[in-house]
Amino acid sequence: MSTHALIDELVTTFKAEGRIVIVGASLTGLRAAEALRDEGFTGSLTIIGDEVHEPYDRPPLSKQVLKGWVPAGNTKLPRLRAVDADWRLGVAAVGLDRDNREVLLANGDRVPYDRLLIATGVRSRGWFNPEEAKLRGLYTLRTSDDAAAIQAAFKAKPKRVLIVGAGFIGSEMASVCRDLGLDVTVAERSSAPLVGPLGGVIGDIAAKMQRDAGVDLRTGVAVEALKGDADGHVRQAQLSDGTLLDVDVVVASLGSVRNIEWLDGAELAAGFWGVACDAGCRAFDINGVVTDNIFVAGDIARAPHVLYEYQFMAIEHVDAAVLGARTAAHNMVNLEKGRRPHLPLPQFWSGQFGVNIKGVGVCSFGDEIVFTQGSVEDLRFAAAFGKNGRIVGAITFNHGKWLEYYGRLIEQSAPFPPPPPGYDEPADAKPMPARFPDPREPTGIPDVVLTGHDPTSRGAEFRPKAR
Amino acid sequence: MRIVVDLNRCLGYAQCVPLAPEVLQLNGEEALAYDPNPDDSQRQQVARAVASCPVQAIIAEMDPPSDRSTK
Repeated sequence: MSTHALIDELVTTFKAEGRIVIVGASLTGLRAAEALRDEGFTGSLTIIGDEVHEPYDRPPLSKQVLKGWVPAGNTKLPRLRAVDADWRLGVAAVGLDRDNREVLLANGDRVPYDRLLIATGVRSRGWFNPEEAKLRGLYTLRTSDDAAAIQAAFKAKPKRVLIVGAGFIGSEMASVCRDLGLDVTVAERSSAPLVGPLGGVIGDIAAKMQRDAGVDLRTGVAVEALKGDADGHVRQAQLSDGTLLDVDVVVASLGSVRNIEWLDGAELAAGFWGVACDAGCRAFDINGVVTDNIFVAGDIARAPHVLYEYQFMAIEHVDAAVLGARTAAHNMVNLEKGRRPHLPLPQFWSGQFGVNIKGVGVCSFGDEIVFTQGSVEDLRFAAAFGKNGRIVGAITFNHGKWLEYYGRLIEQSAPFPPPPPGYDEPADAKPMPARFPDPREPTGIPDVVLTGHDPTSRGAEFRPKAR
Repeated sequence: MRIVVDLNRCLGYAQCVPLAPEVLQLNGEEALAYDPNPDDSQRQQVARAVASCPVQAIIAEMDPPSDRSTK
């Protein structure tokens, strides 16, 4: 038998008899499992998830669910096909033994794999003071259970809600509070909402939206302490400007933390920004050597992107999860020549205060912004972000039909300011500084981040085996 | 029945809204909100909404796949 035939035989055998384990049972894990079956993988498939719930959709949690329209348990994801997997739900992976190719579970089980997909995503950043974190009435939002608890708290008509952090999710929650007629204060450390992902020019517009809707928005302040009553329920918040606020509900919306701890000792390039992988979703080890059998996708993946100087990009978007899952699945059952890259043009949306905000590209990679269409005053506009004379991102407020146009320009590395679209142009289309915060500021981390060129330098840390 | 609307893909044409108003709604001019788990009485309406979308952004699981029987 020729070598080629031998290798083909190997692929066929793996597809029929291989063992694939997916760690992470959310959007990425489910869509990867479906894609593996679509690819003709008929071997054993195990999906491990720390939550007891089957895969569910998260974006509705901060909107329809908190509003009380949709019960928290009703966002389970539609299945695109049968996956015939062994679901291990409600039991977290706690370790990875690469020598024996086994995933270690919290209940002591060891699950063997031939190929592994890491899709453990992120969790919400907890309250920084562990004593205060025990207070009742203090929440974070990431899971369906979180959303159920916050929805119940909103429904109980609190006198004032405090949202700490005005990123997309914090802003969406403030919007829901106003829809429900609740008094809400938003405390944001930087100069305006959404400054991390979209810069200060757009941030000022978002701030006006919040204030016009009746949000008590306080910027440039931190929440330094929370105080509880005798029953251990939060009642007051101490702000850095000296204000003491009376609050009944506090939602900390402080961004996310990557779930990498279970990989301690596995010597993968894992760290603050997630697990580094190549554009084909293969994980790097701590020395920057690509692995053959370990793949990464979803919020925890960090991969180099051709459009952004080959910097490693970490993306917390639905789109990136779905497309990454498909690419990882494809590459898990194909050899070199058949492999595909996962090079998504980042896309996101946020519904808040009756405005549909959509973005494409990496706005925070830019340093200039130009309004290209519509009217800021009417909250109906498009704006492009540029760096070094080329367009790198775009944002629309109630102008989503034009996003594709800008997406194409970004893919082509078109000049900045971009050529006028010839429709609905604003009177004054001059580029100006986009006013992104100093990246060293500990606030406003955008949900698409460029994290440098090296698989290990800026994100990874050496996490030795426990002895 | 389970649905998810790909809101990256959705361009706010809102063709779906009048066809299944209990399931798909607009917040403001173009922000779509939806009930991800519509009642089975809405099958016909959801099927029409899915078919009406000019960019095919609505993903619906009308019936559960063979490996899952629960709601």
